[in-house]
Amino acid sequence: MKFLEHKAKEIFARYEIPVPRGVLASRPEDIVDPPLPCMVKAQVLIGGRGKAGGIRPAETLEEAREVATQILGMDIHGYRVKQVYLEERLHIRKELYLGLTIDRSAREPLLMATAMGGMDVEEVPREALLMEHIPAMVGLQPYVVRSLLRGLALDKDIGEQVAAVVRHAYDLFRKEDAELVEINPLVVTDEGRVVAGDAKLVVDDNAEYRHPEYAGLDQDRTPLEQEAHDKGIVFIQLDGDIGVIANGAGLTMATLDALNLKGGRGGVFLDLGGTDDPEKVKQAFELLIKAHPSVILVNIFGGITKADTVAMGVKQALDEMHATIPVVARIKGVNEAAAKEILRSVGSQAAETIEEAAELAVKLKSGGP
Amino acid sequence: MAVLLTKKARVVVQGITGHQGQFHTRAMRDFGTKVVAGVTPGKAGSKIEGVPVFDRVRDAVLKRKANASILFVPAPYVKDAAVEAIEAGIKLVVIITERIPFHDCLDFVPFARSKGVTLIGPNCPGIASPGQAKMGIIPNLIFKEGDTGVISRSGTLTYEIVYAMSQGGFGQSTCVGIGGDPINGTNMVDALALFQKDRKTNRIVLVGEIGGTAEEEAAEFIKKKVTKPVVAYVAGRTAPPGKRMGHAGAIIQAGRGTAESKVRAFDEAGVPVAQYPGDVPKLLAST
Repeated sequence: MKFLEHKAKEIFARYEIPVPRGVLASRPEDIVDPPLPCMVKAQVLIGGRGKAGGIRPAETLEEAREVATQILGMDIHGYRVKQVYLEERLHIRKELYLGLTIDRSAREPLLMATAMGGMDVEEVPREALLMEHIPAMVGLQPYVVRSLLRGLALDKDIGEQVAAVVRHAYDLFRKEDAELVEINPLVVTDEGRVVAGDAKLVVDDNAEYRHPEYAGLDQDRTPLEQEAHDKGIVFIQLDGDIGVIANGAGLTMATLDALNLKGGRGGVFLDLGGTDDPEKVKQAFELLIKAHPSVILVNIFGGITKADTVAMGVKQALDEMHATIPVVARIKGVNEAAAKEILRSVGSQAAETIEEAAELAVKLKSGGP
Repeated sequence: MAVLLTKKARVVVQGITGHQGQFHTRAMRDFGTKVVAGVTPGKAGSKIEGVPVFDRVRDAVLKRKANASILFVPAPYVKDAAVEAIEAGIKLVVIITERIPFHDCLDFVPFARSKGVTLIGPNCPGIASPGQAKMGIIPNLIFKEGDTGVISRSGTLTYEIVYAMSQGGFGQSTCVGIGGDPINGTNMVDALALFQKDRKTNRIVLVGEIGGTAEEEAAEFIKKKVTKPVVAYVAGRTAPPGKRMGHAGAIIQAGRGTAESKVRAFDEAGVPVAQYPGDVPKLLAST
């Protein structure tokens, strides 16, 4: 789950991380009492807003409304701006960076900081980036914070405020099941306050059940992807036109790759996972049909998922939706023969290997055989 | 021999009374695995497939001398079940369950390792040593006894490749499904080290995918420490950045975790990479 800046800051505030005062608006006329002078900030789930003109200053209420009018509805890297956040303007003395994520290899949370905040962290020279591992089993120990502060070379008072932000951010990271907590910049103001200038928060989708309060937040999904997500189906829309449905993430990826090698392009990645429920298969296939693929490639390696269960779901969906999309099916494993028979009855073309299936799908797409 | 799992293992199935637990208990026994106990809190005294069920892992260890555990427990209860197994003295824990919050894994995975417990998974198809035992969900029929070790981040893609290997005459010493999550108990390097030492294993197949740097680290390790021939496959060459491709761990972030980077690392380590999963046996034949 990704969070818009204003929502992330609301959560930051709950964890006592200082954030600027701000108000949210989806229409210029809703802006009544913004903190002035302010920054008008586009709320989109993608970085690079500033450079795209999505963050601009305003001095007066009139100006704030005018700027908001310009930003609302803007397209930022393919994301339409539906809301703006009007925030108190900070007097910046210094910009730091603070990030918490996981290091897969170390199997531990990783705390990152640099005194070179405000820029893309990927562009910060390696030697200027401070990194500290935190063993989750024992939690954040004071020495980690000491080590970080030493590297940042801050005045004592500022250092204490930054230390508090680090502790609160780690607390948030753990309790909210975050994948990423990023404060860039972490601003030191002329008045000597430490404030989160921006807020990035990504929460583990697998922990959704522990955070029901986040259900229904606008996510970075197409309408079909959202529908699939609500039904618990792994469905990703891509820029090609061939629909790929398989069981298991790795197998689905491998099938897409094979299509590409044969000169085709996947339009939908649909992973049935380990389901053995014909109704769920049918639902998944209906979604796939709604995406209007030119060809559908079914690749099932039956195990827990019986191949004939999938075949039945496919047949039902095709029948009920009166769809005439050509289907290529490659079936292996448990109940292979029964599955092949069912799929033959709906006119699908059979292939033996992934490579053959990919080749056939590409041929069918271009009108043959 | 084989790695990690032999016929000596005395297996307890945690979550044995569920649909998956029952189904796979039968399949594992058909494979030759000694399933000695099941655990489902509140179901002590019952039997599944003739296997006695206990309330606690400790009872399975005391009364049935269980020394390995496989978990078919729903995601919210995995941390509890895994720690219970570790504290009961189980030395091999296999976690099949997918969609576990990774913050739970950050707790129990390092805990398992600190206790000297080998943990496989989570979100994995398990481990199988043909002719000996299986703790997992991979269909029995696709295996063939042999001397090739398999390490895979994937589930069904592993079936696909193992099937192709068996058809092509390359049987398996052990097949280890390490799982598709960002935090796993046994990683590629751990498994490579085991296969390099195993006398029964003469070559190794690695099945990787986008996300993280496990393949790059494996390639580095192969250069330094692995003398046996290794062949690889990497899924997700056409996956777009920023999209999570089904597995929690399969995502290209900030330019890291791309298939190109992994294929390049394998090339540099002299590991041939198959274009299609079905090409793996051909590459094995030429090593």
